Amino acid sequence: MKFLRDFLDRIKPAFQKGGRYDRFHSTFEAFESLLFVPNKVTTSGSHIRDAMDMKRTMIIVVLALIPSLLFGIWNTGYQHFLSIGVDATFWKTVWFGFLKIFPLIVVSYVTGLSIEFFFAQIRGHEVNEGFLVTGLLIPLVLPVDVPLWTVIISTAFAVIIGKEVFGGTGMNIMNPALVARAFLFFAYPSQMSGDKVWIAGLNEGQGIVDGFSGSTILGQAALNSKEFVNGIGHTYGVWDMIFGTIPGSIGETSVIAIFIGAIFLIYTGVGSWKIITSVFAGGLFMGLLLNIFAVNEYMRLPFWEHMILGGFAFGAVFMATDPVTAAQTSRGKWIYGFLIGFLAILIRVLNPAYPEGVMLAILLMNVFAPLIDHYVVESNIKRRLRRVKVNS
Amino acid sequence: MSSSEIIRIRRGLNIKLQGRADRNFIQVERPFLYALKPPDFTGVLPKIIVKPGDLVKIGTPLFYDKNHPEIKFTAPVSGKIAEITRGERRRVLAIVIESDGRDDCLQFTKADPSALSREEILSNIIESGMWPVIRQRPYSVIADPGDNPKSIFISGFDTSPLAPEYDFLVRDFQNEFQKGIDALRKLTTGKIHLSLNEKTRSVETYLNVTGTEIHFFEGPHPAGNVGIQIHHIDPINKGDIVWFVGPLDVIRIGKLFLTGYIDNSNIVAVAGSEINRPGYYKSFRGASISPLLKNNLKEGENRFISGNVLTGSKIEKDGYIGFYDNQLTVIPEGKYYDFLGWAMPGLKKYSVSRSFFSWLNPLKEYRLDTNLKGGRRSFVLTGEYEKVLPMDIHPLYLIKAILAEDIDKMEQLGIYEVDEEDFALCEFICSSKTDVQAIIRKGLDLMKKEME
Repeated sequence: MKFLRDFLDRIKPAFQKGGRYDRFHSTFEAFESLLFVPNKVTTSGSHIRDAMDMKRTMIIVVLALIPSLLFGIWNTGYQHFLSIGVDATFWKTVWFGFLKIFPLIVVSYVTGLSIEFFFAQIRGHEVNEGFLVTGLLIPLVLPVDVPLWTVIISTAFAVIIGKEVFGGTGMNIMNPALVARAFLFFAYPSQMSGDKVWIAGLNEGQGIVDGFSGSTILGQAALNSKEFVNGIGHTYGVWDMIFGTIPGSIGETSVIAIFIGAIFLIYTGVGSWKIITSVFAGGLFMGLLLNIFAVNEYMRLPFWEHMILGGFAFGAVFMATDPVTAAQTSRGKWIYGFLIGFLAILIRVLNPAYPEGVMLAILLMNVFAPLIDHYVVESNIKRRLRRVKVNS
Repeated sequence: MSSSEIIRIRRGLNIKLQGRADRNFIQVERPFLYALKPPDFTGVLPKIIVKPGDLVKIGTPLFYDKNHPEIKFTAPVSGKIAEITRGERRRVLAIVIESDGRDDCLQFTKADPSALSREEILSNIIESGMWPVIRQRPYSVIADPGDNPKSIFISGFDTSPLAPEYDFLVRDFQNEFQKGIDALRKLTTGKIHLSLNEKTRSVETYLNVTGTEIHFFEGPHPAGNVGIQIHHIDPINKGDIVWFVGPLDVIRIGKLFLTGYIDNSNIVAVAGSEINRPGYYKSFRGASISPLLKNNLKEGENRFISGNVLTGSKIEKDGYIGFYDNQLTVIPEGKYYDFLGWAMPGLKKYSVSRSFFSWLNPLKEYRLDTNLKGGRRSFVLTGEYEKVLPMDIHPLYLIKAILAEDIDKMEQLGIYEVDEEDFALCEFICSSKTDVQAIIRKGLDLMKKEME
């Protein structure tokens, strides 16, 4: 890689103080540090440092999302061809899904990164890596036929209002990907909900099999259906829900793909197993409570089935675990996760306006996470004070 | 007497580096130049009372602390003052002495500490210039002779990377160690706590001593840090003052009372991947490190550290070992670019994180360099610091309170109990490359100023 290093060394002075392009030094530094870990050495404190840094943290999360992304690409094609009654080959299915999803990803990254680069430059800081993850999360929580222009607006909103005004990566209160989705949900509801958005092409109505409904399982559950059927009348089994061959947001359907990602996140220590476990625990608990006190069909939905439907698993593994917006103390993480799972199922089942409660539960708990931590820290403070009293 | 229970430290990290000092004493020639460095002493405003050309003996005062004029800082060798090295804003960096090779020493009181009063012991130690070896918590500044500390703590072992093995160094000095303890006994109405390493228990110098309460610790670094030991034995509360001394300095205090002279000889553990012959070199307090490095250094740009890689200070190739250090670590500088380093498997890299593979081979020794390994970011990952800080403190919240300069919160969260060295591992593993130790020091300085 010598030629690359030499090239960068040659153009670098132009981007440093006094150079022609020094106002773009953040941008230059962002690309340079992407290619090469910088040659900076320690100047204060510990002389040696762990090899782990922010870039590696982010790449771990991106890798953990790849299984969900790949499955989502295939599933998009599969659901589409099902709806028009065509039996497509594997590669035709994947290609269809890729053509639909790739623009979403590009738009998300370009919008978000441009804004991040801009803010970093005017502040004179290094560009932060946070959006490398958010940029992939946003498309994965959207329905496949969402219009690209709405993605641009909601991503811009999420990055500017959800993150940059607070100070950038590490300073935000709410999960930026969910802020983007929430913005879309409330600002452009018809593009985000209903029965037609989850399967590609349903909105256009071309060639759709007669009477095909693209409703998600949760959409049907909200109508108190006893059974969940797919567009051509076949009942969904538990295996469909786990495997993911159901309609939904691009990345949320396959519990297996999410599970692979979860194992990877927990093994590397980047994703908190405490949060993931407690989200499921809270959800199961609420589901159980609803089963016990059930007065309608939705409440009777088996408590464990909630875990494999909708965005619950995806939210538990990839959204609730965002370390910046989650609770930061160990004990706080348990409480935070449990309340997310608990509220998500509560909102799903008991609130007629929202078929999915995960996004709102996480955003709400993002706001309350500092309060949870406050009380955990308070107990530490009280312990310290009690020690003085005991000794005196 | 000893409390027989073993205190097991679970959180922490042993960083295995190449170049551990062999348990051999190596004799090298004495250097020509020696230095006493005022910056070694936290919180001291030096008033220099010598000038270049003055003749000094061991024990001749060189400067005193403007805030505590009774505390003297004395010459480590006899000879002539060569220069007063100054840095930015005329800050004194070092007082350099050319040795005359004679090691003439001023005479101080030679007596059995048990026969002396507290004032007499204090006075002897202060006059000899040895008082700075006694430091206090909180703030880790030099102890105030006017205080009556709650207790005195001695850590008999050091778990930092490549640290000297004290059981080996104190072996032959049982009598001196006991006398040092006898002297310290008079300085407090509380206990003297001696913390030992469970793994190297059978050190007679330590075990046979009377007048202390012995505690055994077992676990990874920072089990050897006195702050961690204090936390587990008798935590510091608001208003408490405890003193701490290193074991070699206890021996020096003992020698002072036994002979009336100061023994400034120092065994320096010279270690690190860039040293050809790592070992225990017989040196002298304040000595230039040049003789230690002669024919001993590997090629390349190196970093010379007085102390260990986590908490030590950077010195020049012809620099001087710090007052409180008896270790010289030499590692390679890391001024290189690493192509896609963050994305590669990194099989040879060292990390606590399992996103690398070093955890698979816990016994391997590494040749780590000074590369920062990433850029500085704001706090993102949480739960990292807690894994290497064995204290009942919320490290991230304490750090944030210091950054916000919230005095009350800092006090509530335990600022009195900590020192930078206890947070050194947090700084090492931080994926955001935060300057944790500098922040802790800032907090301690803020607190000290506030409380004055």
